[in-house]
Amino acid sequence: MYSSVVLDHFQRPRNIGDLPDADATGEAGNPVNGNSMVIQVKIAENRVTEARFRAYGCPATLASGSMATVWLTGKALEEAVAIEDDTIAAVLNGLPPTKRHCSVLAADAVRACLAMYSEKEQRSRGAENQ
Amino acid sequence: MYDKHGAPGGVSRQVKVMRRIYLDHNATTPVRAEVLDAMLPFFRERFGNASSVHGLGQDAHAAIEEARSQTATLIGGRSGEVFFTSGGTEADNLALKGVAFANRDLGDHIVTTVIEHSAVLNSARFLERQGFSVTYLPVDSSGMVDPGDVERAITGRTLLVSVMSGNNEIGTIQPIDEIGTIARRHGVYFHTDAVQVAGKIPIDVEKAQVDLLSLSAHKIYGPKGAGAIYMRKGIRIEPSMHGGHHENNRRAGTENTPGIVGFGRAAELAHTEQAAEYRHLADLRDTLEKRIREEINDAVVNGHPTERLPGTLNVSFPGVEGESLLMRLDLKGIAVSTGSACSSGSIEPSHVLLALGVDPHTALGSVRFSFGRDNTLTDVEYVMTHLPGIVTHLRHVSGKGGAKAVSVSSPGVVSSVARV
Repeated sequence: MYSSVVLDHFQRPRNIGDLPDADATGEAGNPVNGNSMVIQVKIAENRVTEARFRAYGCPATLASGSMATVWLTGKALEEAVAIEDDTIAAVLNGLPPTKRHCSVLAADAVRACLAMYSEKEQRSRGAENQ
Repeated sequence: MYDKHGAPGGVSRQVKVMRRIYLDHNATTPVRAEVLDAMLPFFRERFGNASSVHGLGQDAHAAIEEARSQTATLIGGRSGEVFFTSGGTEADNLALKGVAFANRDLGDHIVTTVIEHSAVLNSARFLERQGFSVTYLPVDSSGMVDPGDVERAITGRTLLVSVMSGNNEIGTIQPIDEIGTIARRHGVYFHTDAVQVAGKIPIDVEKAQVDLLSLSAHKIYGPKGAGAIYMRKGIRIEPSMHGGHHENNRRAGTENTPGIVGFGRAAELAHTEQAAEYRHLADLRDTLEKRIREEINDAVVNGHPTERLPGTLNVSFPGVEGESLLMRLDLKGIAVSTGSACSSGSIEPSHVLLALGVDPHTALGSVRFSFGRDNTLTDVEYVMTHLPGIVTHLRHVSGKGGAKAVSVSSPGVVSSVARV
């Protein structure tokens, strides 16, 4: 059912946890009674230097969260924001059709995270201009 | 394939032989050796059609009648009141639809419960679309139906009460003797799905005043594709299959002789060994339950504490999602099941656990261990060498649940963590 990459990231998720001094945080899903994911990043010189995640859900959700942090780490921001729904599924060597929504959840969390960062940047630039 | 040293096997040579521990007997059981031995002659040498008049046909007929008698003994019924089907689902369909359609002139109402197997629930929903009305009774937090609710739900239009004997997910055993008495007093047929209780607790259709009862072979170490319905003499029923005069006009189609013979032998063994089997299963279940309570924080056992099938243990681990727990156990060779299913964007919690009032988050983290005759205390030991670590790790990944186990304690904390 699952690729060996999915099983590897499911059994040994990378970058689990919280970043206390994160530059941005993104959430997706339904934290009360569904799949949910939180992704946090540290950013320096327009590049993701560190990423962490927490996820609640099925094996595909956990593997997608883990892979999303691996994919993000070291990425330039303009590359990272180009993430698409099937980006994570592709690097996981595919997901079963019924589990594609799990990689969509991870992409949503990444996008929410990067959107928060760019909003924050704009605000601080705005503050500098005043 | 040969590797560079010329030895056969290549990569597969290095694959460790993994221990396999099957703890999903409420889903299905393996066919017992005695059962298979009884079945085998009926595939080749004794292949006759039970409807044929010649010797080969009569041999098959006699074998089916013996199986009918063995199955009747398991449930305390008479041989002539047992009819073979393709399994529990067909028996449930026949009980609900067969009674409803054959007795439409007498009424149009059915009483059942919210925690029934989907074979009953979806037959009831089908009947609603055909103009029947159905009352779905609630259960209490242990999964128990209140017989008083059954009595209050019965009206002058009620044809049938259908309440399962034991629940497949949580194992709660219903007070079917009381419900049978109530149904009989009101002149209403009483059906019970006894698929999960057969071979585990005694069944007596006379004592419980049951009119219709469903059984399945593959839950009692018989073959898949065989089951039976007990139908008290005199009950009007519309057959589920139309065709020849098989099964006394209750169920058309050439009898599945090997399956039926296997079912009969499995029923006979289940009946003889029931008391010992109960003790064996209860011992394993109680040991696992005790160790989980001792070694894993915030484990919630679902179902009734005492009125419960001996081999069934349904546990929720808040902060852990059922499918992930199932898969991590499977990767250690341990087969369990979960009521929650993650598909197309949401996780569907078990309808049974929700009916008990378990909160959705807790319901999503539930797994069912169901023991069988070949399990041992060593299997429980093996489960407990892996389960606590897996639960702790999955709670670490989610950052939820297990208040005493992880620092980020409650589901509510997730959102505050997010606000950096």
